[in-house]
Amino acid sequence: MSAPDVVESAAPDARAADRRERLEEMILPPIVALLVALVVGDLLILAFGQSPSYVFQLLLEGSWGNGYGIGQVLYKATTFTCTGLAFAVASRAGLFNIGAEGQLAAGGFAAGVIGMLLPAGLPLVVALPLLVMAAMAGGGAVGVVPGYLRARFGANEVIVTIMLNFVVLALLNWATASHLAMPETLHTPEIAAGALPRLSALIPAFHGSAANFSILVVALATVAVGWWLFRTRSGYELRATGLQPEAAEYGGVNVGRSWTTAMLVAGALAGLGSINFVLGYKLYYEDGFASGSGFLGIAVALVGRNHPLGIVLAALLFATLSQGGLAVNALVPKEIVDVLQAVVILAIAASVPAVRAELRAARGRKALKRVERAA
Amino acid sequence: MITEPLHAPDGASEPEPEGTGAELSPAVRLTGIRKRFGAVVAIADASLDVARGEIHALVGENGAGKSTLMHILAGVLAPDAGTVSVNGADVTGWTAADAIAAGVGMVYQHFMLVPPLTVAENVVLGLEPKRFGMYDGSRAEQEVGELARRTGLRVSPNALLSSLSVGEAQRVEILKVLYRGARLLVLDEPTAVLSPPEVDELWSVLRGLRAEGGTAVVITHRLDEVMAISDRVTVMRGGRTVARMRTADTSPAELARAMVGREVTLAGAVAIGGEVLGEERGSPPNSNIPPHPTAAPTETTPAQPPQRTAPALEIRNLSVSSSRRERAVDSISLSIAPGEIVGIAGVEGNGQTELVHAIAGLAPAIAGTILLDGRDVTILSVRERAEAGLSHIPEDRQTRGLILDFSVADNLVLGLQHHYTSASGVLDSARIAANAVESIRHFDIRPTDPNLPVRALSGGNQQKVVIAREMGRDFRVLLAAQPTRGVDVGAIEFIHEQLRNARASGLAILLVSADLNEVLALSDRIGVLYGGRLAVMLDRADASAEVLGQYMTGASGVHEAVS
Amino acid sequence: MIIIAFLLQTLRLALPLLFAAAGGIMSERVGIIALTLEGFMLTGAFCAAIGALYSGSAVVGLLAGMAGATLAAALLGLVTIRFQADQVVSGIAVNLLAVGATTFFLRLAFDSSSNSPRIPGFSTEGSGVAYSTITNPLAWMGVLALPAIAFLLHKTIFGLRVRAVGEHPEAAETAGVDVSAIRYAGVLLSGALAGLAGVYLAMEQHQFTNNMTAGRGFIALAAVIFGRWMPMRVAAACILFAAADALSILLGQAGAVPQQFVDMIPFVLTIVALAGIVGRSVAPAALGKADA
Repeated sequence: MSAPDVVESAAPDARAADRRERLEEMILPPIVALLVALVVGDLLILAFGQSPSYVFQLLLEGSWGNGYGIGQVLYKATTFTCTGLAFAVASRAGLFNIGAEGQLAAGGFAAGVIGMLLPAGLPLVVALPLLVMAAMAGGGAVGVVPGYLRARFGANEVIVTIMLNFVVLALLNWATASHLAMPETLHTPEIAAGALPRLSALIPAFHGSAANFSILVVALATVAVGWWLFRTRSGYELRATGLQPEAAEYGGVNVGRSWTTAMLVAGALAGLGSINFVLGYKLYYEDGFASGSGFLGIAVALVGRNHPLGIVLAALLFATLSQGGLAVNALVPKEIVDVLQAVVILAIAASVPAVRAELRAARGRKALKRVERAA
Repeated sequence: MITEPLHAPDGASEPEPEGTGAELSPAVRLTGIRKRFGAVVAIADASLDVARGEIHALVGENGAGKSTLMHILAGVLAPDAGTVSVNGADVTGWTAADAIAAGVGMVYQHFMLVPPLTVAENVVLGLEPKRFGMYDGSRAEQEVGELARRTGLRVSPNALLSSLSVGEAQRVEILKVLYRGARLLVLDEPTAVLSPPEVDELWSVLRGLRAEGGTAVVITHRLDEVMAISDRVTVMRGGRTVARMRTADTSPAELARAMVGREVTLAGAVAIGGEVLGEERGSPPNSNIPPHPTAAPTETTPAQPPQRTAPALEIRNLSVSSSRRERAVDSISLSIAPGEIVGIAGVEGNGQTELVHAIAGLAPAIAGTILLDGRDVTILSVRERAEAGLSHIPEDRQTRGLILDFSVADNLVLGLQHHYTSASGVLDSARIAANAVESIRHFDIRPTDPNLPVRALSGGNQQKVVIAREMGRDFRVLLAAQPTRGVDVGAIEFIHEQLRNARASGLAILLVSADLNEVLALSDRIGVLYGGRLAVMLDRADASAEVLGQYMTGASGVHEAVS
Repeated sequence: MIIIAFLLQTLRLALPLLFAAAGGIMSERVGIIALTLEGFMLTGAFCAAIGALYSGSAVVGLLAGMAGATLAAALLGLVTIRFQADQVVSGIAVNLLAVGATTFFLRLAFDSSSNSPRIPGFSTEGSGVAYSTITNPLAWMGVLALPAIAFLLHKTIFGLRVRAVGEHPEAAETAGVDVSAIRYAGVLLSGALAGLAGVYLAMEQHQFTNNMTAGRGFIALAAVIFGRWMPMRVAAACILFAAADALSILLGQAGAVPQQFVDMIPFVLTIVALAGIVGRSVAPAALGKADA
């Protein structure tokens, strides 16, 4: 029993105060992290003898400054949203999903291969659901393994997801290289049906960018994840498991099943991200297309605080950095963006406990004062 | 009344002459100790005198402040007021390192040992013998082996700790302290995990240390042990020292009375919840506080005795294991009729948690049967048991009973979530909200906002959320484990009223509580758990704090129960 | 002759694993998850290339590589021990940082985003694989790395304290051990050792190339888990993984098993070991919990 336990909350303004406190705890770490990243970014740019303000201006112009840039940002954010959700859903159940990389690739492989086998000219309304299901099944199949191993044998999901990435990527590489690839390439033949139109078909300003209609599918999925997590019994039980597994068990929740479900869904969401590339952009599965997007999902989920809305915003932020990085590549190596991403993750990871401890300590001091005044 | 007042009301702290001879020059003297944690007073006024070369027992119920007092002696905690002197020197506020250097060593209840290391490595850790700058493992084993032989703490120095029994591990813990040169040993509930032969062995080790001029303070609540081992005994109750005597001059019955308190008063009851009221004004605990509402004699028995019908809950020969004990619950049988409250008293750690968990479905039974309304539920899941009519107020609301970051409304359906779900698996938020509004009103939960996270509520209101959920639903049998722990007085009264109302409407309740007054105030029959066994089961009319206290402390009843 | 070629090839492939796994044991045995071996290796390889290039000396390169990787480890130690940041998230971030920063600085230093200029190494040039391996001091250090860790853990006071901290930090604390200091020492040592693995790679190839570690840090982690955190078993795991790789390289196209399946061996074995299907791997009890 902790000391604040006996402190009565003052009824009338408790809710507002609590709201504010929760918001502070949620939003302060990303702000701290972005400020740290800004400083590091400035230093790196200065190391190259460039002007930080000019580079950042160029970065913004290259991303949000024209239709093509915006289109590319949207394209990248679509995939990042999926891998971000894949990390977040597992995280809500108290698990680390470091396997989005392999899940995304497996989803793309499944969609690519099924798409290749579909009869040509199959109408989109039939082909799209099939391919979306294939992508989700591919990712889900990879995701469910660590979930099940954790639930059944207690195998540490961090290690299993990492190791499984290597296994899955090697398997896919083998299957593609030795059986499926077009000669002289590492990609499969084009899909016969189910290709999604580019956004530029509707909005010509996006011309040349890879942005495509899979963004709508992913937007739908994002809403569905939010609804599932916060409005359904299964989501309720999953969140309970993640917050306090013992209390969930007391509440009749099968904790192992929650873990397995969470990882299945997480994998399926990562897999879904592949349609952006396979159905919307290149129209084939290509070895290595997922490279980096899986790990970036971790950063997206951390900055987005595991909330679907936050994840969309964070995905846009990282897509902007990634696209803007290309625009400034002539002045400063685009890898500056990788460095900044890493700095953001580290700063958030380090500041979440620090910020929370600081905020709670401050509140504790306030509460104690209140009690002492009252006494 | 044999108990000897320690302090005159004006606060003079001169210890009474013992008249036991000059050889007992004090090794340790604690006077006027006070310690609070936040708003909770752990020690209100405690003192202790331990003479060199004696074995001193420190007894009291859970929450009496024994461990806190010893942590202050061992330098782990600093007192808010009072002085600590060791061998005549004032050492108030010293650190754990200072204490060890001065030869004061504490043997903790929860071992601080590293399982994959050997006995010798565990003992010398932090003070390792060196040779050419390397760890001298053979010297460590030799030294530890010698120490073990000399003290009679039989354990092989090169054995892996993970291969030892609990009793052997405790010997290592004692060796660790002795290796650091301790001349005064403090042992916190050393026998809680030991088998009877191991207890005897520990006593002979302590006697051996005493023969060499060593001193020991043994914290315990088992009075048979006090009688067996100690030269003198100090009794604590509700954060105060209430008695001190020579063991030869007292009896288990007298000690039990001193521990439990002769009169059933608020001071005793609330201290178990961890809080001593009225302390700030420096007043004696009983003078200006109204009697405990639940302790009013008119309320201790139901208006009509329950009729002996088919039991709502029946347990036959139930055994449960825990990580610490093979048989934490050892072949318990009991039954509860509809409209009956059966109370389970006992010092914590005697199998209460495991018993409740096994009935609730949170821990498997290794033997025995659990029947709910005549139906065998022994292998059913938590949810299936809940559906069969079992409700459960868990002993630890903060880890089990509530999801602290969920809203009050969401917590009010925990375990019932499938009843608030549409056929398609969607939560019915309107009904969840309506349920919350109704529960908040009916159970007077404050603040009244159903969307606040439960974390923001006080302990008493958190407990009301649990009570509202578990008692607001359809059930036949209620497991109420420590239902008023850490709850303020007003909420205690409210919760007790809910329990009585439930009984009146024909429900069966198993009440497990460390608060003897609560058990006495509510129960129709009272059982005492001791060492995982049901030491006794009494009708309320035959039970009193004195009688129960003797069973709780093993002063009586154990032998009948074992045989 | 083919046997000798196979053994030499195995040794060559095993050396970076042996170094990195030695580092991995030190990190995990103090309770910090060794997800960052890959990043330390990459940092070590890069700093070795920089040091060797600007000084012209392989020894300076070696020291620079160890120093750089130790610095990266200090960053990880700072956020996980001092700021109590989540170890998994921080470990992955430091890996990302290493990949990004080495490429970034590669361009800053050499205006190339793929590789450094040729650097000096330890091996004598043009004298055959066997000779150059035997005369390479790094080869000897690598062979001795895990026996040295075994000695450190079991024969020194530091090692005893490391084992105590990784299993039961509270017990170590009450016995008067400075838990944070031991944790920092373990993490820094892990950085230095994994850095040596990177140094070896860069020196052997006489250059730094972008992302040249190619997952070896994770193979080393797999060896640590598969070898159940015990130095000599871990050494055996490293050699087993390297031998499988060497065999498949020697057989080349004639091999019946595709290279990808050989690459999977360490990871599949580790997953199987974690699931306890054949002999359960039990990690240090306090692994991942630096908040004690």
